[in-house]
Amino acid sequence: MEIILALAIGILAGSGVWLLLRPRTFQVVMGLALLSYAVNLFIFSMGRVAVGRPPIIGPDNSIDPALYADPVPQALVLTAIVIGFATTALLLVVLLAARGLTGTDHVDGRERDQ
Amino acid sequence: MKDWIIAWSQHLPVLPIVVPLLAGATMLLLGESRRKLRGSIAALATLLQLATALALLSFTTDAVPNVWPHGIGVYAIGSWVAPYGIVLVIDRLAAFMLVLTAALALATLAYSLARWERVGMHYHSLFQFLLMGLNGAFLTGDLFNLFVFFEVLLAASYGLLLHGSGAARVKSGLHYIVVNLAASLLFLIGAAMIYGVTGTLNMADIAVQVAKLSAPDRGLFEAGVAILGVAFLVKAGSWPLNFWLPSAYAAAGAPVAAVFSIMTKVGIYAVLRIGSLLTLSGAPAPFAGDWLLAVGLATIVFGAAGMLSAYHLGRLIGFAVVVSSGTILAAVGLDAPHLTAPALFYLLTSVLATGAFFMLHGMTERTRLVTEVADAAPLPPVTYLGFELRGSGMPPVRDAEPEEGEEVGIAIPAAMAFLGLAFVLCVLLVTGLPPLSGFVAKFTLLATALASATGTDGSAPLAVWLLIAALLMSGLAGVIGLARIGMRLFWSPIPRTTPRLRVIEATPVAFLILLCIGATVAAGPLMTYLDSAAVTLHSPRLYIDAVLSPESVGALYGEKRQ
Repeated sequence: MEIILALAIGILAGSGVWLLLRPRTFQVVMGLALLSYAVNLFIFSMGRVAVGRPPIIGPDNSIDPALYADPVPQALVLTAIVIGFATTALLLVVLLAARGLTGTDHVDGRERDQ
Repeated sequence: MKDWIIAWSQHLPVLPIVVPLLAGATMLLLGESRRKLRGSIAALATLLQLATALALLSFTTDAVPNVWPHGIGVYAIGSWVAPYGIVLVIDRLAAFMLVLTAALALATLAYSLARWERVGMHYHSLFQFLLMGLNGAFLTGDLFNLFVFFEVLLAASYGLLLHGSGAARVKSGLHYIVVNLAASLLFLIGAAMIYGVTGTLNMADIAVQVAKLSAPDRGLFEAGVAILGVAFLVKAGSWPLNFWLPSAYAAAGAPVAAVFSIMTKVGIYAVLRIGSLLTLSGAPAPFAGDWLLAVGLATIVFGAAGMLSAYHLGRLIGFAVVVSSGTILAAVGLDAPHLTAPALFYLLTSVLATGAFFMLHGMTERTRLVTEVADAAPLPPVTYLGFELRGSGMPPVRDAEPEEGEEVGIAIPAAMAFLGLAFVLCVLLVTGLPPLSGFVAKFTLLATALASATGTDGSAPLAVWLLIAALLMSGLAGVIGLARIGMRLFWSPIPRTTPRLRVIEATPVAFLILLCIGATVAAGPLMTYLDSAAVTLHSPRLYIDAVLSPESVGALYGEKRQ
């Protein structure tokens, strides 16, 4: 499972970086979205990959940390998702405004040959 | 001091975060038409933050020794003890940054009340959220919380940068947002790696846990810290990650650019804070040593070259911000603890001076006639695209009522004389010429660098000479670039209008310059305070003990627990 997770993070991050370096604003937004998915998975994996372990200690169980998943990375991922979501939405608005004001979807606001 | 004052003062550290949050949220509920009410709420909140910051500053000094030991106050949010809960830590450096932020914010807020708040929506709310992010970043003792406050201040800054709209702002705003989002992702990767290795996010606890790491884990930790450091350096505007900075600052509205001049210093603060905590176990490259020195020097050279090549005053001041970041980073990179206090003094001067300069730039822009604006300046003071243009050269105003508002303002006699004088003073401050505090800052920086690095044989190492050469050269480049623009602005025979200045716009610039003059006069006491701040900063044991000791939390809720 580790190898699948690592591959997924790697592919997402690689595609994200490639798209981020492209000249069209839409590609840049998609690149940032893919990168943030990769980063979120990465944060999640930093709490160690485990199956069948709840992150919350129930009232009836004895408290043995080995039986539980680390809840902190899950909380961090949640925060990161919310922040990433909001900033991506804001970026989309800026992207549309830039398209409207400059008449092109190039990130520099003008085509290269102009 | 009375007991109840001490008891209540323990809750002061949370106010710089709560006050702007509440004020900003309240103003969102008020309609756009209730300008006076929102303006007074914003002014009140900013004044309250300044008062809180000053109180915190006085509590961290030795004058009030019985509030916090060693001038380090710890506030455990929700009474959750570190390292499990999130703590706010106020020490002398944090208090100094809070006061600087609040002073700059007060000036820029007053300036923006004249006209800038009217050119777009929710200016005051965004401004308060920006202050909340800044204050929180200076106060927090938790790595992930630092990320959250970075995001708060960046999200607010995105909105403020776009305030007023227009093609230039949207274009540079797009670059600014994308670069900062990418940097935030780096921040997250770094923080996650550090958490994965050390199992904690509390900065003091990280410093403790690092010493216990095994060799492979240590390598992973250093990689995480390096990624984190790159994220901080992007925010600090260091070369080669700062190409977005000058155009973004030049495109922003005058008060927005002025308050942005402290934003790069947040990155520097984070480098200083985390770097000092990690010195116990040897700080990795981006936080100390030759790498940071090289990056700082390259930043100075880049900024100086930009100042020489800039044609537009806003861009030139943006490059001045880059130079100041580079200077502080290079000073930190020299690894001489004595240099921290002069570097902080330089930070104070450069933030106030570039802030005043940006606002001054907003006023000198108005001396141009409209036709000239089109060809010479890349950006008119306020965009003409979204709003219709009224009057000659005056920024258009949205609703009908402010037309009278323009007339109510008192036109300062000899406005051009004021602008010229302020321009000269700003140039002196930014380039570090005598007799103002810019000179004092650069001089103490150079003198301390020479004195602390000179070996027994009387020769200083190459790094110090490089720093001296870079500093003097950047000052010269600044003088040349600014003198050229100043001559074009004030002496060229092109017909110009004499701008109508309002007292509320001129006073903030004068206030910031007077603060710099005050820093020149009171350089002695100020340096004493900054020296003690540097001593606390470079004794990470004090910070760690204050955060992780149960007494610090017990003191806050002492009565309840006993």
